[in-house]
Amino acid sequence: MPVTSGSTWDLLVEALGPVALGAVAGTIPLALVSFAVGLVIALGVALMRLSRRGWLSGLARAYVSVVRGTPLLVQLFVIFYGLPSVGILVDPWPSAVIAFSINVGGYAAEVIRAAILSVPKGQWEAAYMIGMSRRLALRRVILPQAARVSVPPLSNTFISLVKDTSLASLILVTELFRRAQEVAAFSQEFMAVYLEAAVVYWIICLGLSAVQSRLEKRLDRHVAH
Amino acid sequence: MSPTDPLEPPRPADGVGAVGQGVPLLTVRGLRKTFGANEVLRSVDLTVGRGQVLALIGQSGSGKTTVLRCLNGLEVGDAGTIGIVGTEHAVSIDLAAAPSRAGLASLRDRSAMVFQHYNLFPHMTVLENVLEGPVVVQRRPVAEATAEALAMLERVGLADKRDAYPFELSGGQQQRVGIVRALALRPDLLLFDEPTSALDPELVGDVLALIKELADEGWTMVVVTHELHFAREVADEVAFVDGGVIVEHGPPEQVLRAPREERTRQFLHRLLRPF
Ligand SMILES: Nc1ncnc2c1ncn2[C@@H]1O[C@H](COP(=O)(O)OP(=O)(O)OP(=O)(O)O)[C@@H](O)[C@H]1O
Ligand SMILES: [Mg+2]
Repeated sequence: MPVTSGSTWDLLVEALGPVALGAVAGTIPLALVSFAVGLVIALGVALMRLSRRGWLSGLARAYVSVVRGTPLLVQLFVIFYGLPSVGILVDPWPSAVIAFSINVGGYAAEVIRAAILSVPKGQWEAAYMIGMSRRLALRRVILPQAARVSVPPLSNTFISLVKDTSLASLILVTELFRRAQEVAAFSQEFMAVYLEAAVVYWIICLGLSAVQSRLEKRLDRHVAH
Repeated sequence: MSPTDPLEPPRPADGVGAVGQGVPLLTVRGLRKTFGANEVLRSVDLTVGRGQVLALIGQSGSGKTTVLRCLNGLEVGDAGTIGIVGTEHAVSIDLAAAPSRAGLASLRDRSAMVFQHYNLFPHMTVLENVLEGPVVVQRRPVAEATAEALAMLERVGLADKRDAYPFELSGGQQQRVGIVRALALRPDLLLFDEPTSALDPELVGDVLALIKELADEGWTMVVVTHELHFAREVADEVAFVDGGVIVEHGPPEQVLRAPREERTRQFLHRLLRPF
């Protein structure tokens, strides 16, 4: 991209275009899709973990342990740079979505599991008493209450994910930070451009925090304070 | 009372006989339940006639709640038989023979429980709490179940609270919703586990009055209670539980005023003169 003006301020104004585009077309959709897929994985893993069948809960425990015990960057590299050497080529975008989803799946599974366990036993009993099966009790009685409990920690997981998507720049996904790197390399104004990228991340996270507190208020409407 | 009144207790199945002392609805024989090494119920025998009220009394930890939970299938007894008989959907279960899941479910279908701590669903309104059983579980028509639920809420003085959440209600109101939720299941047998012991003293009266009304209308109930006045006034029979068995049972006048067993006497003595 052409950078014509000499002043740093002008550079920042011009850089805002590609950086914001990186956020809107890269960072945000990457985070949203990965989070959605990750939550589905997490719910499945959490339910497996709570299963009375030992092998199922063992499998879930192993999954969580591997995800939490290895660096996200390494997970990304295994999928994008590692898999091709065994003949599986995955493009940057799908690689990033797979890695981030698996990662969210591991962390959010523990959040959801703890939330399910935090619902009082009496709620299960009342659900069984009115004739519900375990599955129906989960869906109608337990999970709605667990959802309320897990909103704050899951929001934090999401906010972390938004920041972690910057790692995708290392596997060639053109998201916010990769755009910033391009501008910085071209203009040699590393300090200014990287600070600008930081500010954009910060603004996105501020917005998410605002959404989080509104969501928490909404979900809390049926609970005494 | 019209035959469609939702608060009316279920009638006996055709040809089974009239309402009365002599017609058993619940029969329990040799009910046994252990938790690990803790033998909580050794051998419990109970018979409750249709339309009768049995009050279960006994010390804390004697297993009263466990009896109710076994009747509702929330706990699976280790041995013994439980039968709900003489109704349209009679069930009889032999616990020693590893009862099937379906068998336990059918037992649960015939009874409904009112919990000590209400256990209302906090994320649902009063009306939703009541409708969850009939509509979501029993799949009865929404319009019919709603009309019935509203009539019952009206009856217990909570019609204006239909859209309130449980946390907006007093304990007494919550427990009345708990009772309506149980009635809405159209059970043959109502189980109450110390329904007023979590309530502030000034709220106890209303709930007990409601239970008495239901008893007068002919509902069959088992009530675990420490309210001896209530037991004397409402119960047809009182059973004293101790050491995993029913030590003594009989009409309230006899068990509460002239107990035959020394253990019953000691228990009543402590309850009446706690200090
Ligand atoms: N799920 C369980 N696991 C292990 N032990 C249990 C369980 N439920 C009950 N018990 C034990 O069984 C015994 C009887 O408990 P239960 O709750 O039936 O007594 P209770 O007569 O209802 O007492 P209270 O008047 O205090 O309510 C107690 O010793 C209790 O610790
Ligand atoms: Mg109890």
